[in-house]
Amino acid sequence: MYVYIIRRLAVAIPTILILVAISFALMYSAPGGPFNSERPLPAQVMANIEAKYGLDRPVIVQMADYVWGVVTRFDFGPSFQYTDRTVNDVIAQGFPVTLTYGAWSALAAVVVGVSLGIAAALRHNSVLDYFAVGVTIGAQALPNFVMAPILVLIFTLWLGWLPGGGWYGGDWEYVVMPVIALSTSYMASIARITRSSMLEVMNSNFIRTARAKGLPMHRVVMRHAIKPTLLPVISYMGPAFVGMITGSVVIDIAFSTGGIGQFFVNSAFNRDYSVIMGITVLVGMLTITFNLLVDILYAWLDPKIRY
Amino acid sequence: MKMTTLLKASTAALVLSTGAAFAESHTMTVPEGVELADEQTFVYRVLDEHSSVDPGIVEDVSGSEIVRDLFEGLYNDSKDGSTLLPGVALDHTVSEDGLTYTFNLREDAVWSNGEPVTANDFVYAWRRAASPELASPYAWYMSLLSLENVDAVIAGDAPLEDLGVEAIDDYTLEVRLTEPLPYFPQMLTHATTFPVPQAVVEEHGDAWTRPENIVSNGAYVLSEHVPQERSVRTKSDSYWNADQTVIEEVTALVINDENQALTRFLAGELDRTEVPAGQFPRLSEEYPEQTVSFPRLCNYYYTFNLRDNGPEAFQDVNVRRALALAVDRNVIVENVLAGGQTPAYTFTPAATANFEPPETEMASMTQAERDEQAAQLLEEAGYTEDDPLTFEMKYNTSEAHRSIAVAMSQMWAQKLPVEVNLANQEWQTFLEARDSGDFELARGAWCGDYNEASTFLDLLQTDSGYNDAKYSNAEVDQLLAEAKTAENPNELYEQVEQIVAEELPIIPIYFYAGNYMMDEQLIPSWPVENVQQNWYSKDLYFVAESELE
Repeated sequence: MYVYIIRRLAVAIPTILILVAISFALMYSAPGGPFNSERPLPAQVMANIEAKYGLDRPVIVQMADYVWGVVTRFDFGPSFQYTDRTVNDVIAQGFPVTLTYGAWSALAAVVVGVSLGIAAALRHNSVLDYFAVGVTIGAQALPNFVMAPILVLIFTLWLGWLPGGGWYGGDWEYVVMPVIALSTSYMASIARITRSSMLEVMNSNFIRTARAKGLPMHRVVMRHAIKPTLLPVISYMGPAFVGMITGSVVIDIAFSTGGIGQFFVNSAFNRDYSVIMGITVLVGMLTITFNLLVDILYAWLDPKIRY
Repeated sequence: MKMTTLLKASTAALVLSTGAAFAESHTMTVPEGVELADEQTFVYRVLDEHSSVDPGIVEDVSGSEIVRDLFEGLYNDSKDGSTLLPGVALDHTVSEDGLTYTFNLREDAVWSNGEPVTANDFVYAWRRAASPELASPYAWYMSLLSLENVDAVIAGDAPLEDLGVEAIDDYTLEVRLTEPLPYFPQMLTHATTFPVPQAVVEEHGDAWTRPENIVSNGAYVLSEHVPQERSVRTKSDSYWNADQTVIEEVTALVINDENQALTRFLAGELDRTEVPAGQFPRLSEEYPEQTVSFPRLCNYYYTFNLRDNGPEAFQDVNVRRALALAVDRNVIVENVLAGGQTPAYTFTPAATANFEPPETEMASMTQAERDEQAAQLLEEAGYTEDDPLTFEMKYNTSEAHRSIAVAMSQMWAQKLPVEVNLANQEWQTFLEARDSGDFELARGAWCGDYNEASTFLDLLQTDSGYNDAKYSNAEVDQLLAEAKTAENPNELYEQVEQIVAEELPIIPIYFYAGNYMMDEQLIPSWPVENVQQNWYSKDLYFVAESELE
């Protein structure tokens, strides 16, 4: 097991390096640059700026220097756009915001999704099942960029219960709508996955054996059925959680939360090279970490899996 | 903001050598008898996070708005933008050759840490703004000020001490120029010329502008800043005119989406936001008390590519004219935009100070006459339905630009033997394409850096860096050169406009209007007559509800 984890981590390093190289290449092949604007700068002023940020060196040298800074000092460099901040500052400010509503969303999606899925599966083809399937299809058909303005319309404009946006350090009233908007479609997917997985598990031999032993239904479900049912949910949740964080740009813009997604997209528009790279590497590391976590959880949940 | 030429128009109001002209020194912010609201906090929406609040670096509009509140330069703009009010400088004298300015600074100006604001703070700030070490994108503004040795300092060929700015004593600042600039005092309301506190900058480096470090000398201090979310400034008690500052707290909220901002305005979370494109008619009907529209100093146009590698058809002035004629600007202004914009037949907006747009031939025709002439011109040029004029029209990706481009292309397709391909590009890609001449017909817009016609017309000069058409007319160059020293430059500007109206290197479409949703208690103090919208929070106030009846 430990050997496996170490091996996976060893593979992660070249993966990140390849990610950095590809991102660098893509970034520099896009037209424009961080200091281009509608009003072109005089050559001398531009030369001073490029010298200050080291942009006058060959791309390969810039990339090597960048990687060296990240590896030795965990320093992602200064932001080209925001002069009083480094990329580390940007991440330190935006990531906790995204992580906060991302974690709540993940929790909400799993708790509601799994309960709904199990309830639907246990009462297969009942009114409850149809209701759950209806809700999940509806939730999945409503993308978060549609969901967000509808929530604001209802809870801010009509009812006046919640503020229409902002973050203010993550007070609960600023977190509620982002969590609902972000978690809904994940919740729907989880409910559907759980339902079909549960149906399959409930028809398998070991459940029949358990029931034949005369175990009460709730013990059959809790003790024998839940674990195997959750396997596909777990493998879905790994990438889904990373997706919640990277795909949070819609939420960040719809609710002006100041999360990492907003920085990511704006830095791409502004060609703020160092911020683009910093967030790309962060997302890459998150993806690798969560995939690894999922695999470890698998081993714990499913006795058939050995690494 | 660009400022390559001198503004002569308001020079008369500006060449003030004694304090007498600044009688308004301690003007009252609130007119007598006006009752104020109990709560004086101002919350407004900004589209994007500002780049910096460092006066030497700031380059964007939303950053400049904050910097004007946090710092105070030598002079301030008056509410309508037409005159100067004393800031840290009380007045100044100019030497006879117009090359040396001596500013007399007020002695009651202090930094928010209690230290006095002295001439040395300006010397330090100006040297810093020009230094290659800071590498400010706005270093060029120092060069526009024509300070002695400025270009050598920027290039790193001369020491900072050689820059033409010097503290004679703590409250006397001397500035030496290389050429007389009658407009020089007006340029000093710009953030790049504001003082910065040397000790604080040196102690904290790039991080000196963070709320926990920053020391400023304006009417407000920065109390909170959460990037991409909000920035809060609170009234400074140490400001010399603090007892005239009404607004206690100003908050800028970053809201990327204009519709979301509108919702939050309607929910009472904001005091000011922009009206989303196309929604002005509906909103002004539903909320007549809270919608405001006023002219802005900006134009909107399409530019032909007149380079040799551009389309051959556009070298023919009659083709350009036909296309310009067939655009029904009233439809665009009234049906597509519908927010108080005005149709444009000249390059310079009608709102520009002292500028009367000349009556061009095209402006005096009816649309039917224009369409008829357009059809005739294209027919003479040899285009038919079977062999139409084909070109690509390029704009940067945006809903509003798209609807205008669609309307224009439809107008052409219906009236003329023309086939248009619409192409949109992401902003940076678009800029590079337009700058390098990789386009046939491209969108353009320009906002004046100062309130005079040359800020626009300079774009049509042969050697202008912003002349995307690469239009070149010796007479235009000549007239604009003369205008720099002329007694009455506006006559010359009108001649330039007439030439441009005949040659049409660009198709003027409309002049901008500022469309805002604003708290009705704030509207009385908002400087709507300031076409550049250089506002200061210290001049704003919320009136009591009883004042609105």
